[in-house]
Amino acid sequence: MWIYEKKLEYPIKITKPDARMAKIIIEQYGGGDGELGATLRYLSQKFSMVTPQAKATLNDIATEEMAHLEMVGTMVHQLTRGLTEEQIKAAGLDPYYVAHGLGVYPSAASGVPFTAAYIQSKGDPITDLYEDMAADGAIA
Amino acid sequence: MNRDELLKSLSSLDFMAVDLGLYLNTHPDDCEAVDEYNRIIKAADKVRMKYEEEYGPLCSFRSYARDGWSWIDNPWPWNACFNVNIEKGAC
Repeated sequence: MWIYEKKLEYPIKITKPDARMAKIIIEQYGGGDGELGATLRYLSQKFSMVTPQAKATLNDIATEEMAHLEMVGTMVHQLTRGLTEEQIKAAGLDPYYVAHGLGVYPSAASGVPFTAAYIQSKGDPITDLYEDMAADGAIA
Repeated sequence: MNRDELLKSLSSLDFMAVDLGLYLNTHPDDCEAVDEYNRIIKAADKVRMKYEEEYGPLCSFRSYARDGWSWIDNPWPWNACFNVNIEKGAC
């Protein structure tokens, strides 16, 4: 199970909204190699792991990715807070805004909603670990 | 320590504990790292207790309730005003 702790893993204090930056950062929230995908990938794959080291590692990295997900969501929230209609239009955030307002929605920067099709879980520890390296190796 | 100092100290210690824990998952026989892990957990426990006494519960269903049910009190971690300033150069 999980326990929520009322703090971020690393502090985020954005004082100036930036719609264009938010449009890009959202990729790391709900994109193919984003934190939500990472969390679900490790949470699901841990059941197939064989060694104690791999079981613990996937379990604990899944947990840490959840903390990352909250930080990225926080960034999008703070970057979009108080944006005016003009700022939203100028940055091209209007297609997002018409569907989600200034809510934080798990989608890619392209606007494609998050889908579990981004991840794999094959029941084979070696196959799954290779998939992890492809997805998370560059931007862990 | 004031709130910002307590929160910054706790975040730093927890970050070290998380990373050392991940390291120990693949190096469980590293006694030096186990000792360091326990040292950090002990230090973080002290800071966490001080923070909660002054500024309310950090955890859902693990912290004592003080001053009524202050768990729901603002600010929340996603609010900018909740978080401490990190000085330039610190990383």
